[in-house]
Amino acid sequence: MIIYGVALLSACLVAGMLIGEGLGIVLGVEANVGGVGIAMLFLVLACNSDRFTALTEGAAGSGVKFWSAMYIPIVVAMAAQQNVAAAIDGGVLAITAGVAAVAVSFALVPALSKIGTDTESAEDKEESAP
Amino acid sequence: MMELLETVFVRNNLVVAFAVVGVTIWLSYLLANKLTAGRIHGSAIAIAVGLLAAWYGGVATGGSRGVADFALLSGIGLMGGGMMRDFAIVATAFGAQLSELKKAGLAGVISIFAGVIVSFVVGAAVAVAFGYTDPTEITTIGAGAVTYIVGPVTGEAIGASDAMITLSVAAGLVKSILVMIGTPLVARFIGLNNPQSAMVFGGLMGTTSGVAAGLAATDPKLVPYGAMTATFYTGVGCLLGPSILFFVVDGMF
Repeated sequence: MIIYGVALLSACLVAGMLIGEGLGIVLGVEANVGGVGIAMLFLVLACNSDRFTALTEGAAGSGVKFWSAMYIPIVVAMAAQQNVAAAIDGGVLAITAGVAAVAVSFALVPALSKIGTDTESAEDKEESAP
Repeated sequence: MMELLETVFVRNNLVVAFAVVGVTIWLSYLLANKLTAGRIHGSAIAIAVGLLAAWYGGVATGGSRGVADFALLSGIGLMGGGMMRDFAIVATAFGAQLSELKKAGLAGVISIFAGVIVSFVVGAAVAVAFGYTDPTEITTIGAGAVTYIVGPVTGEAIGASDAMITLSVAAGLVKSILVMIGTPLVARFIGLNNPQSAMVFGGLMGTTSGVAAGLAATDPKLVPYGAMTATFYTGVGCLLGPSILFFVVDGMF
């Protein structure tokens, strides 16, 4: 049943959002802290667990795959409702601040990714050792 | 006739949005294949078309929700709203590898903190360069360069003026839009082609909409990894902005 997969997806999102809101309250922050990320972890765990095969395989799985495939169209709709006019109206300061932040962050991606692969290769060596 | 059209379109707004977005994507892929011979991804063009339409919508209606402020296209607001976006982002995790997440876990966490601090420092430095000397104003603009949510949350917490908060939102929007457009263009140069670098990328950029769209236009397989870290970024930003980061700026000016 397709709805089983959709229901699993929904349950993961709601559970993740609840935890994210809770974390926000605990930390005294007016934001949802990682709710979507936590929900994704739940879904990944469910997919990798034998207990949930009835909800992730066959027709039920295609209920999740449908929404996964709808991702790009939804992102296009999201782009179409951004407040682009306000961003441009923000003037030179807002544009400079935004552009500079993105440029520096882009430049940092290779450096930090390297940290990741360094520890990874170190772990690989440890694993390959007897 | 117009009235009939409007009644049907408004009453079925979400369904209209599906059709409109479908046609947009079809046209974008056609353009991508015909004009750029597939060099630019169809979804990158579709997202750019969406942003262009959003700009036009904002200018034409004076509203803040892009084309969704046109009554006939109000369904775009529902389809591209936070609920559907989060639902679809979580769905992309279906089939993601737990082992990949573990491998890049530490680098991912580091990148979230590095991303918030670096964006804040850059934004604050730009504010200083533009002649701002009030710590509250410098912090608010710095926080806006983190994301357009961190900006107002921080600004309100430390008592910034409405004008500064609006400016910080604008800085965050520029960042988000630039990540959407820029990611597919720079992906090759920053090694953005595997789950690990996608997680670092999500943590460094942090704008969920920007990362979500930027990775979708680069390689949809990377989306779950980038989105996973990006969703923690705004929370961390809201945590650090009005506290440690404000205290540091306050101490310096």
